[in-house]
Amino acid sequence: MALLDIKGLKTHFTTDAGILQAVDGVDISINRGETLCVVGESGCGKTVTAMSILKLIAMPPGKIVAGEIMFEGRDLVPLTSHELDDIRAKEIGFIFQEPMTSLNPVLTIGEQIAESLRRHEAVTKKQALERTVDMLKLVQIPNAAGRVHHYPHQFSGGMRQRVMIAMALACRPKLVIADEPTTALDVTIQAQILDLLQDMKERFGMAVMLITHAMGVVAETAQRVVVMYAGKVVEEAPVDELFGNPRHPYTQGLIRSIPRIDLDAAHKTRLEAIGGSVPILINPTPGCRFAPRCKYAMSICTEREPRLREIAPGHRMACHLGDAS
Amino acid sequence: MAGLTLASPSAEPQRRGYSPWRETWRRYRRHRPAVVSAVLLLLLIAAVVLGPFAWRVSISDMDVVAGLQGPSLAHPFGTDDLGQDILARMIYGGRISLAVGLAAMLVSVFVGTLIGALAGMSRGALGYALMWLTDLFLSLPQLPLLLMLIYLFRDGLKAVFGPEGGIFILIVLVIGGLRWMPVARLVRAQFLSLREKEFVEAARALGASPVRQVVRHILPNALGPVIIAGTIDVAAAIIAESTLSFLGLGFPPDTPTWGRILYDAKDFLDIGPHWALFPGGAIFIAVVAINFIGDGLRDALDARKVI
Amino acid sequence: MSQYVLRRLMIAIPSLLGISLVLFIVLALAPGDPFGELATNPNVPPEVQAALRAKFGLDDPIYLRYLHWLAAMAQGDWGFSFVSRMNVDTLILQRLPTTLYVIGSAQLLALAIAIPVGVYAATRPYSIFDQIANTFAFIGFSLPTFFTGILFILIFSVKLDWLPFVYSTDIKATGIPWVLEMIRQAIMPVMVLGLFQAASMTRFVRSAMLDVIRLDYVTTARAKGLGQAKVIVKHVMRNAMIPVVTLIALQMPAVFGGAIVTEQIFRIPGIGSLLISSILANDTPVVMAVTFVFACLVVLFNLIADVLYGWLDPRISFR
Repeated sequence: MALLDIKGLKTHFTTDAGILQAVDGVDISINRGETLCVVGESGCGKTVTAMSILKLIAMPPGKIVAGEIMFEGRDLVPLTSHELDDIRAKEIGFIFQEPMTSLNPVLTIGEQIAESLRRHEAVTKKQALERTVDMLKLVQIPNAAGRVHHYPHQFSGGMRQRVMIAMALACRPKLVIADEPTTALDVTIQAQILDLLQDMKERFGMAVMLITHAMGVVAETAQRVVVMYAGKVVEEAPVDELFGNPRHPYTQGLIRSIPRIDLDAAHKTRLEAIGGSVPILINPTPGCRFAPRCKYAMSICTEREPRLREIAPGHRMACHLGDAS
Repeated sequence: MAGLTLASPSAEPQRRGYSPWRETWRRYRRHRPAVVSAVLLLLLIAAVVLGPFAWRVSISDMDVVAGLQGPSLAHPFGTDDLGQDILARMIYGGRISLAVGLAAMLVSVFVGTLIGALAGMSRGALGYALMWLTDLFLSLPQLPLLLMLIYLFRDGLKAVFGPEGGIFILIVLVIGGLRWMPVARLVRAQFLSLREKEFVEAARALGASPVRQVVRHILPNALGPVIIAGTIDVAAAIIAESTLSFLGLGFPPDTPTWGRILYDAKDFLDIGPHWALFPGGAIFIAVVAINFIGDGLRDALDARKVI
Repeated sequence: MSQYVLRRLMIAIPSLLGISLVLFIVLALAPGDPFGELATNPNVPPEVQAALRAKFGLDDPIYLRYLHWLAAMAQGDWGFSFVSRMNVDTLILQRLPTTLYVIGSAQLLALAIAIPVGVYAATRPYSIFDQIANTFAFIGFSLPTFFTGILFILIFSVKLDWLPFVYSTDIKATGIPWVLEMIRQAIMPVMVLGLFQAASMTRFVRSAMLDVIRLDYVTTARAKGLGQAKVIVKHVMRNAMIPVVTLIALQMPAVFGGAIVTEQIFRIPGIGSLLISSILANDTPVVMAVTFVFACLVVLFNLIADVLYGWLDPRISFR
């Protein structure tokens, strides 16, 4: 049984202009101890999917209108925010994109990590502090015993993201959701944070759901990959299969747009971009949502929506192109 | 590490027949209390401007026998202790109350725009000095200072402009002169943010003179916040004038502004409550209506809330 | 932290000097020379006149006069009130506690209303509660204090006869009845001033809360499973109070304005009503001194707000 099994999740937002179908029928499953990457452009619904798991989206205007989110065999969708509080941080930890704004500026980092421990585990104030210092040591913050009393503004961006990781892992969750954890950081720091995350995963054996738009990050960390486009999953495969045999035109486009520095000059090709932009998800047109940008688009693509189906063991995709061949 | 960003500039949805003023009006209309308030204020203005033509009762005819009567057909708002018709007095006084509010707003907007523009344009010591002055004025105790200024200067101005004109000029200048700071801050902030914007840079590159840059390019962009602040200023000035009159330090007794009527009425609350309730209610309606209009304008003019 | 307080104190001094300069310029520009008025007042004995002329240095150059005046003000030498027949500083010190008692109680009342209402409204934006609170707040700060005062007297004194509408300093009672009577007669003025303050404060609190509530670190806090109440109090409110403190400090001049009106309506013997009566009695030294005291109080409250701000926001006090 998968650790987390999302089926047919639809999260919609009510706006002045109409219903925004940010997530529209997403299936994702994560096994214990695996790293799953969710990739796609900004606005494709990957963050909303992740936030829906713990109901961290603003409700209203957001609402989970359909689907189920099975975590260890228990559906999280009907739970109230209050009931989810026992699962948040304790079972599922969350690492956010912006380390600069995701920490409360008026509380010491020690307080912010310890409050999670004190909420979920029967520990005294002193024990919570000791474990907080231990966590800070684990994420390689120098002079952890002293730094625990410092405020977020006294840390650099990379250090803050280490604090965020310590916070997310403090209660030893079975799953950690990391929403673009390196996007806001310097390139040199990005690799360090990914290494740390990998290191922590090996130590604690938790599953990781890594949301990113960087294909490079995917190649380095993932075991399985889910590609999302405009609120839907378009392809899902083990990482080697996805890079070796991408089947959806959108995935192919994503992979072609990775700069290749390993090729010599003779083999260098022009870096390709995918033309057009993500459609606005208010009253989307029928058919495949990628069709307007797809160079293989056929007449059926604008008429009927392609279903996600298995084309090889563990490899699923949603495109009419596969039907024809 | 190879990374890529896929975001591309999204196409702005084109709206046909787009006009900024129509868009503003559309957004203003959505603020229901503001629309009701605008109607209410227009009615109030119409009443004090056109009232004397419809209600031809003298404001100073005394009839002590008919003093302190409640509302009746002959006197819809009742009479005061001297038997003077309160409706007629309120129509007359309302003109002054509203005029003071408008004039004081104009003074504060003028002074505020001037100081804010100067502070926003100068990059040196002058800018700092003006901002220090603004902060200083913000921490002045307004009402005590207002009272002191009126105490010190009223006799001098009365001698030059007559009792009513002198007090009018004094009150307008003093209220306006003590309320320009928010406008100055807004205008300066607009200047600082707009000074570096592309279209102003473009105008500068094309050789537009500083004055032209300010008048043609910067001021129109600062207009929204200033209109909102100015609206609120009208309400504040009406309250300030009523407060002065209510304390007996505003207009003379024969100039029945709303605050002055309230001052005369406050010792007769037990036997003639109507005398205080009508002018008090008028001040309240005018102020609450203007404040709601300001709120509606904030919704309508705040460009950040577009989309 | 103590260094921060000290630095704030140093910043307060120039603004006090600036205010004193504004006051002095106003006085110097005023027609009829308010400084000289005493010296030329026929009721004043000639030897006092000569002493006054010397003390104010009426024939000195203007900057010297300012310095003399400033030195005299700083030493508490605020002149003599010919109307009350006592020294101005004694007179003001007699009246000041009453004013501070009324203003202080009103501020406490305002906070006690504004914080819970503003916080609750912000957690349920656009709900029925929020709309009602918003409407009341709007009406509240559009109602001038003099009109609310009159309405309160009409309702609670004239119609219901529950509360006295004249504030008395010599209550003929001792012990507990005296305390009760002191509270009873303060209810209406404190309500008038407190409700007016609460109206604008509620709006500040609500909008500050709404600004904070959508920030990333609040989502972080919710992701820790802390529960709504704890997230709101520990993470949102704690941060929202920082701008609220500044806004309340900016309101202080308006609060003193409201206090003057309230004291006048309910005949409270504080420095506000003293200001009005001395203006009506042409008692210039008292007018000047009371205005100066109000200015000092504003600076003092700004200072308190600054210290609170530094205490609430570690980013400030550590710098």
